[in-house]
Amino acid sequence: MNQYQLTKLAKRVGFYALIAVVMIYAIFPFYYAVITSLKPSSELFTVSYWLDSLDFTNYITIFSQGSFVRAIFNSILVSVSLVTIALLLGITASYALGRVRFRGRATVMLTILGVSMFPQVAVLSGLFEVIRGLGLYNNPAGLILSYTIFTLPFTVWVLTTFMKQLPMELEEAAIMDGATPWVTITKVFLPLMWPAMATTGLLAFIAAWNEFLFALTFTLTDDQRTVPVAIALISGGSQHELPWGPIMAASVTVTVPLVILVMIFQKRIVSGLTAGAVKG
Amino acid sequence: MTTQSTDSAPAKGRLAKAGYRGTKVRRQRVRAAWLFLAPMLVALALVAGWPLLRTFYFSFTDASLSDTAGAAFIGIENYLVYDDGAWYGLLTDPVWWNSVWNTLYFSVVSVSLEVVFGVIVALLLNAEFKGRMLVRAAVLIPWAIPTIVSAKMWAWMLNDQFGIINHMLMGLGLIDAPLAWTADASLSMWAVIMVDVWKTIPFVALLVLAALQMLPKDCYEAAEVDGIHPVRVFFRVTLPLITPALMVAVIFRLLDALRVFDVIYVLTSNSTSTMTMSIYARQQLVEFQDVGYGSAASTMLFLIIALAVVIYLYLGRRQLGVDQ
Repeated sequence: MNQYQLTKLAKRVGFYALIAVVMIYAIFPFYYAVITSLKPSSELFTVSYWLDSLDFTNYITIFSQGSFVRAIFNSILVSVSLVTIALLLGITASYALGRVRFRGRATVMLTILGVSMFPQVAVLSGLFEVIRGLGLYNNPAGLILSYTIFTLPFTVWVLTTFMKQLPMELEEAAIMDGATPWVTITKVFLPLMWPAMATTGLLAFIAAWNEFLFALTFTLTDDQRTVPVAIALISGGSQHELPWGPIMAASVTVTVPLVILVMIFQKRIVSGLTAGAVKG
Repeated sequence: MTTQSTDSAPAKGRLAKAGYRGTKVRRQRVRAAWLFLAPMLVALALVAGWPLLRTFYFSFTDASLSDTAGAAFIGIENYLVYDDGAWYGLLTDPVWWNSVWNTLYFSVVSVSLEVVFGVIVALLLNAEFKGRMLVRAAVLIPWAIPTIVSAKMWAWMLNDQFGIINHMLMGLGLIDAPLAWTADASLSMWAVIMVDVWKTIPFVALLVLAALQMLPKDCYEAAEVDGIHPVRVFFRVTLPLITPALMVAVIFRLLDALRVFDVIYVLTSNSTSTMTMSIYARQQLVEFQDVGYGSAASTMLFLIIALAVVIYLYLGRRQLGVDQ
């Protein structure tokens, strides 16, 4: 083996070592959470890198608590309703912004961008008043309403960039046939927008599933909470005796569906994220 | 505008051309556009515009959480008030200025680290190798994990007595005794930064990767033919070309970092060594029930973030201007 081949080999080894480091760094915390969640409480406080046996006590513990099951239900309810509403409002708004030229369009786009950059705390007291005024405090409907502040601008923004890319001819044909804008959206654009809607819907779902500040502030009782709040508020006898086993079991339970979604829709998520940022 | 005959057949036939302004179809489309935008604009006004105005208003009142309607106007007393020989109010509160400093420190350090590591990961993923898709999917995992969950996972790993991080560091001989990562005031900010960086590298990496994949191949071929060192190629060719994408990634991340709340709330709760503007404002608003004072903090937070964005965009435009 000569000098050139040796350096080439060294480079390859170095490259794959670096890849391995990145992989371990990305996966290890989640892997460790899974391991912890499958340990009996007696073994919890001895550090180990793998499992000798499986123990599902922690999972049984959290699922036998009605409040955690209820929190999962609330999270699903909030996220799914929010995605539906955001897509419905988003698709019509993105048609208006992406396909029609009218005065004030740039202002609307800037407003949307501005709202998407809002710090949530800045509206907390005002939004609290609105939600209480509408009688939605401690109610998942209040969360659905408040979450539109970050999902709606994002959905509209990404769908608009996708909408702009569709060819003009499609719409011209529809106009020639005398189709109204509503018919144009539902019959011409909707079938073509499904992939984009799946992407934005997925991203909106993840954002809603993970939200914490509003969920913490606008709910009060255990049976109205969403999973992030439920997990954050799991507590033991004292500050120093957190039940780590059940916490990790709950964490793994709510994360596994997301990880599977990300694995399946990896390409879509990447295209949605970059459409929202790079092309915007 | 409407001088053109609106109902004649030829007008309809010409709409494909750019000059269809003022036709019936066009007016119908513009009307429909506003109709379609209306629900979204109403929703945004209800959850963003109006609450923001109310927050501004509350910051000049003595509103409390249990009674926001009966709030009385008290001028700028929440911000600054002179009483009996001393100044009081938000602007004189050292805890507030400490949280402003913490927020800025956290944002600058974590975003810088994310950009550096994000670019490195993006460069790795941009190379052709077997299993690239698998690695890309694995890298996305931290991004998909809810912030609360990642904070809890790291809190467990950083646990002072039973945490695996202390175990590893002691095994490697780097430390003699376990460190109290989240409780020790000098370490907790770094613990928070560590978790935030872990969670958001994927986002930066993906944006940079998208930019890398759009770069023209011929520059690199030319550089290779000329035998220029890859590091030099990176700083002279790649970096300038991906700067616009990096700028976008940085502004998104910066806006997120400046309003950081959940990771800190879970990891270190209300400890002053990591208290940020969002934590401070929410504590005043919800835990102390002082809506007036808390709204003043929220308003200041909003202004500080707006100022940061303006400064960033101004510097960024000059930076980009130089590159062109």
